[in-house]
This record gives sequence, C-alpha cells and structure tokens, in this order.
Amino acid sequence: MDKSEANVFLDAKGLSCPMPVLKTKKALDSMQHGQILFVEATDKGAKADISAMLKRTGHELLEAGEKDNVFTFFIKKV
Amino acid sequence: MEEKKKKRMAIIASKGTLDMAYPPLILASTAVAMDVEVGIFFTLYGVDIVNKKKYRSLQVAPIANPAMPSPIPFPNILGILPGMTAMASMMMKNMIKKINWPSIPELMDVCLESGVKMIACTPTLEMTGVSKSDLLEGVEVAGAAEFLDFALDANINLFV
Repeated sequence: MDKSEANVFLDAKGLSCPMPVLKTKKALDSMQHGQILFVEATDKGAKADISAMLKRTGHELLEAGEKDNVFTFFIKKV
Repeated sequence: MEEKKKKRMAIIASKGTLDMAYPPLILASTAVAMDVEVGIFFTLYGVDIVNKKKYRSLQVAPIANPAMPSPIPFPNILGILPGMTAMASMMMKNMIKKINWPSIPELMDVCLESGVKMIACTPTLEMTGVSKSDLLEGVEVAGAAEFLDFALDANINLFV
C-alpha cells in the first residue's frame, strides 16, 4: 500500500510503549468507518502491541511493514 | 444487536513511589485503548497517586533498591544520605524524559478522560487524614467490598 491511500497519518516515531498504542487508538476513534490510518512507530514492541490492540478492538490491519527500524501500519477503521 | 460484554481489569495500587505509580496507569490506559473496562483501587501509599497535592511530586526510593541504576558504582546503603531520594527521583525523571514517556499527571489525565474507574480506599484516607477534596476530580471513595464486587467480575486482577 502507499501512504497516499491513507486518510489519516500518525507519526508515533520516538515514542515508547504504551504511547504508540494509545495514539493509534485515539486516531481511530476520531475517524469515520472505512477510513484508513497510516502509522509510523519506532518502539521495538510496536508491531506486537499495535497488532494486539487491533485484535481486541476489531479494527483491520491491512498491511504491516518495517524499514530502517521504522514500523509501518495501514489500518482500516471498522 | 446486543453489544458484547466488555472484558474487565481490576488493579490494586498500593505503592506511592514514582516508579511504582507507572505500572497501574500504563496498564489502565492501554487496557482502555483495547476496549477493556478498568478500575484501579488506590490503597495505603498508592493513594498518593490520586492526591492532588502529591501526584506531581512522587519520588523514587533509592534505599533497599539495588536495581536502581546509578551513574557511578555506589553502595546501596548510601541511599540513606540526605538528598539521595531527591537525586534518585531526578535521575528517574530524566530517564523517563529520554524515552519520551508521559509524566504521571499526563498519564493520569489520559486515564481519567477515558473513563478508568478510580477509587481511593476509605480506611487509608481516614488513617492519613486525607479528605475527598484532596483527591483528583473524578476519584471516588469506597472500601474493600466495592473493590471485590468489581474484581469478582474481572478477567484480570493485579496487585501492584
């Protein structure tokens, strides 16, 4: 997926647990159903943590990646 | 459509040091983000975390804590020296800043805004002469039975 496909962009780089999760959830809460959120995070646990939060809240992880120690997520608000 | 019953977490926060104030608030704020209902019961020294006059200035206890990181090799017993608690607390605050962690008041705001149920234990308040007006807005007061009533239906129960 490309960044241009996202409706909302969240930069959580440099933040430690639990802030990337909290900010991702806050962003999702403010979005419309069906919109796509793009998140960047550098916290080492972000991949596991954000995935776990999405599993519990039902929002859909469309794509997760990692490049140069930055984790990226495309999330669809359900 | 009937809504699925929410998962629930109950935490007892019994310690009032800066380091031990973090686990309950971190877990509570994260659990809320995961659609979990959370209640924290503040008892004994833990009440300081919801005390308006104290929650901004919680400190770390350097003594009896050999895991406390130190810039120089340092016998733990020297933690009894005057000023060591303030120094250890300052060091910890710097470490917290370095990783961009929220402060206790910031985390507390997140918890209160997101609807974490906060309860201060009544015997502790009586014992320490703290009144309800000394507590942060939104903190309720109750005793053991209220906690147990909440905790009996919880999926996670923690004592911190």
